[in-house]
Amino acid sequence: MIQLEFVLLLAGLLFALSVAGIFLNRKNMILLLMCIELMLLAVNFNFIAFARQLGDLNGQVYVFFIMTVAAAEAAIGLAILVVLFRGKKSINVEQLNEMKG
Amino acid sequence: MFDNFGMQAAAAEIFLIATICVVLLVDVFLSDSKRWITYALSLLTLAGCAWMTLSYGVNERVSAFSGMYVADPMGDVLKLFSYATVAVSFIYARDYLQRRALFKGEYFVLGLVALLGIMVMISAGNLLTVYLGVELLSLSLYAMVAFDRESTVAAESAMKYFVLGAIASGMLLYGFSIMYGIAGTLQLDELAVELRSVESPIGLVFALVFIIAGVAFKFGAVPFHMWVPDVYHGAPTPVTLFIGAAPKISSFVLAVRVLAEGLDSLVANWQDMLIVISVLSMAIGNIVAIAQTNLKRMLAYSTVSHVGFILLGILAGTNDGYRAAMYYTFAYVIMSVGSFGMILLLAREGFEADRIDDFRGLNRKSPWFAAVMLMLMFSTAGVPPFIGFWAKVEVIAAVLDVGLAWLAALAVLFSVIGAFYYLRVVKVMYFDEPTDTVDIQAGGTLRAVLSLNGLAVLVLGIVPSVLIDLCVRALP
Repeated sequence: MIQLEFVLLLAGLLFALSVAGIFLNRKNMILLLMCIELMLLAVNFNFIAFARQLGDLNGQVYVFFIMTVAAAEAAIGLAILVVLFRGKKSINVEQLNEMKG
Repeated sequence: MFDNFGMQAAAAEIFLIATICVVLLVDVFLSDSKRWITYALSLLTLAGCAWMTLSYGVNERVSAFSGMYVADPMGDVLKLFSYATVAVSFIYARDYLQRRALFKGEYFVLGLVALLGIMVMISAGNLLTVYLGVELLSLSLYAMVAFDRESTVAAESAMKYFVLGAIASGMLLYGFSIMYGIAGTLQLDELAVELRSVESPIGLVFALVFIIAGVAFKFGAVPFHMWVPDVYHGAPTPVTLFIGAAPKISSFVLAVRVLAEGLDSLVANWQDMLIVISVLSMAIGNIVAIAQTNLKRMLAYSTVSHVGFILLGILAGTNDGYRAAMYYTFAYVIMSVGSFGMILLLAREGFEADRIDDFRGLNRKSPWFAAVMLMLMFSTAGVPPFIGFWAKVEVIAAVLDVGLAWLAALAVLFSVIGAFYYLRVVKVMYFDEPTDTVDIQAGGTLRAVLSLNGLAVLVLGIVPSVLIDLCVRALP
């Protein structure tokens, strides 16, 4: 059986990767949505690993809810992206600069 | 048999979700000229919810659905206040939406769904319910910000709100997952018991950092405030009004349920983190607000500073502190709906009234509404005898009680700095010449409710015991 530490390390790496992706990426808004998805999957890893370690089903149920919410979140994110693209004709992150202050 | 589940405790939520479906269906069959039916149904829904909460109110803590859901006096008070806030937001929004061809069912349905999210958070007894409430609220708000599809500014601010809000949810969840791994339970009351016996707090502090980051994000506290000014500025004003009001109640309750109830034993750890966040929020919010020329943006930075004050009450970690924070939240919500209501009152076709200069010479045009704005601004600045003054007194007293005198001194200093930009609005209204001669075009309902809103700030300030008693009943 794979040890808990390895799974947690993997989840931590995925989480760090997704946060870095959001802040470093300056070109493409779809990548932002992918990073957000990755972030939630990293959390799912954590929950599954702990649920297995503890022999408790609650953590696994939580994962189902996270996946459902993630789907709804992606739908809203893409809808906003479509509205934005119709107005700006671009999905470049650097062009999100109409408001300053 | 339903008693076993505690269906009664959740009667208001069940009623709300059922009527949301009805409103959604009815709205589909209405033509634009009959859209007022959706508006009336939404207000009736809120009245129905209030009646449900009042008739199934509880005197002590009751849990339902195997502990997932908790009903307590604090929850009832917060829910009733949320209904009133959402109802006032809808009433203020109506004129503006009608004039811009935005008077669609979406605003009302999304508003009600957001309210459902707030209610779920208020009654959360489990980390899963907390998460579902947070997401239900946030997802509705993202859609609301973008609902004026012609506006690229609104779409841009919706995108920023969405991405930053999703990061916040991710952080919150990551913290929850580690907390679950350490304590072995998701139930908030069991979590409080389990955490008392944990010996090495390193893992807990690690989880706590993520949870605090998530909570601060939802509050809009520095250093997680980047979304606040852009969203307040970019969103259509009725949406800004909505975001500035009811969701603040949910942020307060998120902090109380998770930090005060679940992570009670870590109070020493989260107090330090909240002190940093609170001081930074008061400082940056008040100082950056001085530089703003757009009133919505100025009020956004003022929100950031008020969040700092609400956090002062929470970080005291005592029952008095939570009560003071609750009182501050109520006071802030009343002042915030009023201020954004004033922008909606002055707005007309092709004129947003969202710059400070748009308030020039308001006293010449309408002495009464200039006086209402004066009361709102004085109250937000914390001038006695308005409600904002008592709110500040309460949180500062709570902080003094736990021996953080230097923090209280800083809070007073920052509220003096903050007074400057509120007084500037008053100066512009009374001492500058008007730039146009167009009269206020808003309808009678908006005028009446806004007048009551302005008077409430004064009356609740002269008789502060009304609202304080309510908070004492909620958190005895």
